Amino acid sequence: MSGEAHTSGDYIKHHLQNLTFGQHSDGTWGIAHSTQEAKEMGFWAINVDSMAFSIGLGLLFLLFFRKAAKSATAGVPSGLQNFVEWVVEFVDGSVRGSFSHHNPLVAPLALTVFMWVFLMNFMDLLPIDWLPWAAGLAGVPYLKVVPSTDPNVTFALALSVFFLVLYYSTKMKGPGGFFAELAFQPFPKWMFPVNLLLEGVGLIAKPISLALRLFGNMYAGEMIFILIALMFGGGFLLGLFGGVLQWAWAVFHILIITLQAFIFMTLTIVYLDMAHSEHH
Amino acid sequence: MNFNATLIGQSITFVFFVWFCMKYVWPPIMNALEARKKQIADGLAAADRGKHELELAAKKAADNMRDAKAQAAEVLAQAEKRAAQIVEDAKNAAKAEGDRQLAAAQANIEMETNRARESLREQVAQLAVAGAEKILRREVNAQSHADLLNQLKAEL
Repeated sequence: MSGEAHTSGDYIKHHLQNLTFGQHSDGTWGIAHSTQEAKEMGFWAINVDSMAFSIGLGLLFLLFFRKAAKSATAGVPSGLQNFVEWVVEFVDGSVRGSFSHHNPLVAPLALTVFMWVFLMNFMDLLPIDWLPWAAGLAGVPYLKVVPSTDPNVTFALALSVFFLVLYYSTKMKGPGGFFAELAFQPFPKWMFPVNLLLEGVGLIAKPISLALRLFGNMYAGEMIFILIALMFGGGFLLGLFGGVLQWAWAVFHILIITLQAFIFMTLTIVYLDMAHSEHH
Repeated sequence: MNFNATLIGQSITFVFFVWFCMKYVWPPIMNALEARKKQIADGLAAADRGKHELELAAKKAADNMRDAKAQAAEVLAQAEKRAAQIVEDAKNAAKAEGDRQLAAAQANIEMETNRARESLREQVAQLAVAGAEKILRREVNAQSHADLLNQLKAEL
């Protein structure tokens, strides 16, 4: 599906470009028609595709879970309720296992993170050209269907979690206690600049690693799908081989998307647990 | 990797989703799960209680059965004793009555015998006297031989 007029490089670039809406360098507002243009729009631009897909998937998650929640009874659960309960119990078990304090926010947060990230990752399993091709017919030049391959999305999640970590660290230990945790360990107090540097890096590394782990995994997975898709333009045999490869990679990817969603959720819980604990 | 306002939009979306989940999704499901857990626990407890009650009832039934058996045996023994007593009493009464009747009959017989003997003796004596009179009318005076006749009467 690389198109007759495009080179492989163009095809890859096209797939990695978000549908960005912002102010052009000439002052008009509109959609960026190249990576360069998107970059020149600066910070005050928005990736319409990432927003649309992530919000759509999030609403899908809330819709189904709300539907199950509304009809939830102690009786024999129906199909949807059964599935939802299974997910909820799984998340609840993870929270109970890793989070040793009382906070009614953490479990719903973990559920939202898990389901949302999972659904966003799940978009990766759709054949990569379907939606962009359909969008192209509708006149939309770019479409990136997997929101979690957009660093904006993963960093937004990670930074929100990081904000909660900072908030609860300060709330539970007090500003002094939080500072003491950063400054007075692991070395003796008089070495506090070294401590502060070490702990500071450790603290900052949490959201960055959280965001980059998800982004990196999904981006790499998407890239491999794109590279496999390039084979379809290379004749029957190569195309057949590509088909087999795509199937194999998609099967493996089912594991990856679930695992990444689980890891993101678990680390969120663990970071919040650390924020609540007096000592590391 | 170029960052833009998507970061902010996503954060707001995320906060909204978490809020919604926390408010409208998580509590009802957890409540249902808790309620079911409680129902199951109650059910199990009731089953346990029922089992315990069944054991108690079985024990009680066995006790009752044993008591009833003992009572029945006692009643039976008493009845047997009583029956034996009654039979014994009846036997004794019958024997006494028999004895009494036998004695009465014997006395009667004796009396009758005596009477018969007495009357017989009288008649024999009269007969003898009459006979003797008839014989002696001719030769003996009744007065003069009264001694002899009386002696004879006494011997009979």
